[in-house]
Amino acid sequence: MSEVLLEAQDISKHFGGVQALNKVSLSIQRGEIYGLIGPNGAGKTTFFNVLTGLYTADEGRFVFDGVPLKISAPHEVAAAGIARTFQNIRLFSNMTALENVMVGRHLRTGAGIFGAILRNRATREEEDAIAQRAQELLRYVGIQRHSNILARNLAYGDQRRLEIARALATEPKLLALDEPAAGMNATETASLKRLIEALRADGNTILLIEHDVKLVMGLCDRVAVLDYGEKIAEGPPTEVQRDAKVIEAYLGGAVA
Amino acid sequence: MDIFIQQIINGLTTGSVYALVALGYTMVYGIIQLINFAHGEVVMIGAMVAFSVITALAGTASPLPPAVILLAGVAAAIPACMAIGYLLERIAYRPLRHAPRLAPLITAIGMSIILQHLALLVWSRNPLAFPQIIDNPVFSIGGAAITGVQIAIILLSVALMAMLTWFVYRTRFGIAIRATAENVHVASLMGVDANRVIAATFIIAAALAAVAGVMVGTYYGITHYTMGFMLGLKAFSAAVLGGIGNLAGAMLGGILLGLVEALGAGYIGELTDMCKWPLMNQVFAERCAADGHLVLMGSNYQDVFAFLVLIAVLVFRPSGLLGERVAERA
Repeated sequence: MSEVLLEAQDISKHFGGVQALNKVSLSIQRGEIYGLIGPNGAGKTTFFNVLTGLYTADEGRFVFDGVPLKISAPHEVAAAGIARTFQNIRLFSNMTALENVMVGRHLRTGAGIFGAILRNRATREEEDAIAQRAQELLRYVGIQRHSNILARNLAYGDQRRLEIARALATEPKLLALDEPAAGMNATETASLKRLIEALRADGNTILLIEHDVKLVMGLCDRVAVLDYGEKIAEGPPTEVQRDAKVIEAYLGGAVA
Repeated sequence: MDIFIQQIINGLTTGSVYALVALGYTMVYGIIQLINFAHGEVVMIGAMVAFSVITALAGTASPLPPAVILLAGVAAAIPACMAIGYLLERIAYRPLRHAPRLAPLITAIGMSIILQHLALLVWSRNPLAFPQIIDNPVFSIGGAAITGVQIAIILLSVALMAMLTWFVYRTRFGIAIRATAENVHVASLMGVDANRVIAATFIIAAALAAVAGVMVGTYYGITHYTMGFMLGLKAFSAAVLGGIGNLAGAMLGGILLGLVEALGAGYIGELTDMCKWPLMNQVFAERCAADGHLVLMGSNYQDVFAFLVLIAVLVFRPSGLLGERVAERA
């Protein structure tokens, strides 16, 4: 067994009378692809938003990389080592692909505003390194030929890849992908699957929220299933697929 | 023709100053959608601080060369204004970042009044004569005059605008600023400390304002604690003319506004001279016979042009000449 990277302990979150998350606990091992699935409204995205500091949990806590995760400002999530993509793509649409990735490098580089104005050698070297690393990441996700195109002019599938490159630029310990295959056709999904597999092969730990059950089952090492804010199953995809509660959640009570 | 060229030169000079100040409005608006109405006062403080330093150094038997004294004034004004820009953001705007947009706008007006009255306490209510310590040679182009100060203002403004553009588009920090301007939330999730970036934007805007303040003081030879008000409004109009939130727009808007104002002031007397109009010169025949002119509006109406432009832009092209696509902001 590899060690635990993220442990969620009894995470609860409600909005008014709606219990969006009810004591959800799960743990993600280093180097695995962990899938989070469930019907619409099951609480997947809420879980994501709590994890990335957009909402605060009513109860429970996260232990990340051995220490409790404490988020007081949004940028600290990335600093802690969690980077995400968005279900509805949120690129900096008026910036080039390369610049989008360079934003992600911001965190891992140090020279401040005065360095940027005074142009000492360290700053220049650092900025060259940022651009170079950004180019490498674009190559890694397969869109380096579009590096100088504005993000909004990229093809949809390439925008998804760019979001992944931008997230990787922050050097995350955990890469959280929120429905990366949403809106993709079969060919695009297949090539996305290859990219995510390559990410795992290179040692990344991935939390994957996905509607496309086939993609999740084909990719993930382990899966958790949420339904009405509760975790109803967890385990390897083949086991979870046979779980009676899961089948009921997806197909409705009539089957049981 | 002489007057035309002359007014172009004058317009370019004031336009350059407007552009520098307009950049401050537009940068702050671009990043937090706030119209920082205290920005004009930052310009005033810059002029005032430079005034004090230059006056102190340019005493009777000053051993320093005039250019050094002027530079010392600028060098003192810039950090003073940067500090004020930072404090404005930290004290007046950051606590209201998530408040309804009207709240920080009112605070901005409040800060503007506070800064004005602080300046009133420190520098008195009198107009202060900005020491004219440097030689101001006059050159002649095509029958018009251009002074050394005008040349310096135009060249320095262009240089600063080029530097700013390069900074925002080519450096790591500039990229963070643009990312934050596009989407604070996503930029934060990518590890950009939004508070730092926003504070830096205020500081940069204030530094440009400081330089603009010294330029105004040197050009007009006078400073006054209320000078930031009209200048700020005009620069704001320039930013709106160019498309608020857009850097190139602020530069273009500033220059255009300066030109419109100068040409307007140059020609309004002639255009409203009743003796030159066919029908009117008969109506006022007596007066025209007496002294040949009956001017309704003189160049003291020049301030009107900036606001006519503002009204025209708001009516016909609210997003400005190079305006941001408003739909994306929503």
